[in-house]
Amino acid sequence: MKTRHKRLAMVAAGLCALGIAAALVLSAFQKNLVFFFTPSQVAANEAPQGRSFRIGGLVAPGSVQRQPDGVTVNFVVTDTVQNIPVAYRGVLPDLFREGKGVVAQGNLGADGRFTASEVLAKHDENYMPPEAAEALAKAHAGKPPGAATVVVPAATTEKR
Amino acid sequence: MNQPILLAGGVNVFKYAAPQTFYPLAGKLMPWFFWTAALLCAAGLYIGFFVAPTDHQQGEAYRIIFIHVPAAWMSMFIYVVMAFWAGVGLIFNTRLSHMMVSALAPTGAMFTFVALWTGALWGKPTWGTWWVWDARLTSELILLFLYFGFMALQAGIDDTRRADRAGAILALVGVVNIPIIYFSVKWWNTLHQGASVSLTSAPTMAATMLSGMLLMALAAWMYSIATALHRVRSIILEREQGAEWLKHLPEATK
Repeated sequence: MKTRHKRLAMVAAGLCALGIAAALVLSAFQKNLVFFFTPSQVAANEAPQGRSFRIGGLVAPGSVQRQPDGVTVNFVVTDTVQNIPVAYRGVLPDLFREGKGVVAQGNLGADGRFTASEVLAKHDENYMPPEAAEALAKAHAGKPPGAATVVVPAATTEKR
Repeated sequence: MNQPILLAGGVNVFKYAAPQTFYPLAGKLMPWFFWTAALLCAAGLYIGFFVAPTDHQQGEAYRIIFIHVPAAWMSMFIYVVMAFWAGVGLIFNTRLSHMMVSALAPTGAMFTFVALWTGALWGKPTWGTWWVWDARLTSELILLFLYFGFMALQAGIDDTRRADRAGAILALVGVVNIPIIYFSVKWWNTLHQGASVSLTSAPTMAATMLSGMLLMALAAWMYSIATALHRVRSIILEREQGAEWLKHLPEATK
């Protein structure tokens, strides 16, 4: 075995060991690496209890209600299986829209209502001109209900 | 190198592993890469800002993608190339490989910074925040610190050979972060959206948007090669001071 073969083996072995170590560490911290919990995870009690955390999902279409005081907004976060009603006082991001992705940080009350202190919009990775989006929406409108919502949430639901 | 590797044309690759042969070659290639970078960048920016349509959701704000994504790709790719040359340098003990690693680091750090910075500028109008500690953003920030760490470590050790070795090991160790950055949006849920362009599925972008982004990505490649060649020439001059071949350079004899 030549010296450089030995060094090649050492570098390769080192990288393998490092890769395995990193994989083990990451899988050990799997739970702490998620940015938000889905309503289904919250329903299954997987979300942290008694402290602030983030929920993520889609703003349920038709659920956004602006309260008369002008700063409070109520809406429902859904992953199409479970729903969580959210109350938030403050300014919403521009991309906050019904049917689109949202991440809210706050506390879950005993009554199952989530009081958010921060609301962020989560957009998907689809970029297209408005005309193309309209054409897509039209094409989907011809299909049975339920199929129409699949395009946008796909990105959020597959990643959970 | 007792068994020289020969390319198709019978060119000995290891001939160019010697600083004195690589120095003039790099000097000849450099302007070509700079000019290609400039042309591609101009074309990419033109398509990005004047030809590509407005996005259906984000309006004009999405246009930062033409800088953000190429910079982010480049920040990861340069690190992989650095790790590759670091490995070659450690295994074959070639001086030029280590010089290449040092030459790439500042460009990589620059692209990482640009990716983070444009990301913040993009995040504010769309997500509603400059920064969040999600897996994608955090791992990219770690990449910036890896670049800084590499440069500091290299500069902090006086003995060049030891500095090269230490830097190479850091570059190789840090490469584990690259798949973490890339797959973070798949492995965990993050605020950052998934990839629009990947090897495994069709891009989820309109064609003109995609072409502008790819032109900018190519420009970033050319720019990186050009700056790396430029910097490696300076490093060669610095490290080979007093070497006989330097006295015979056309620049020196003028």
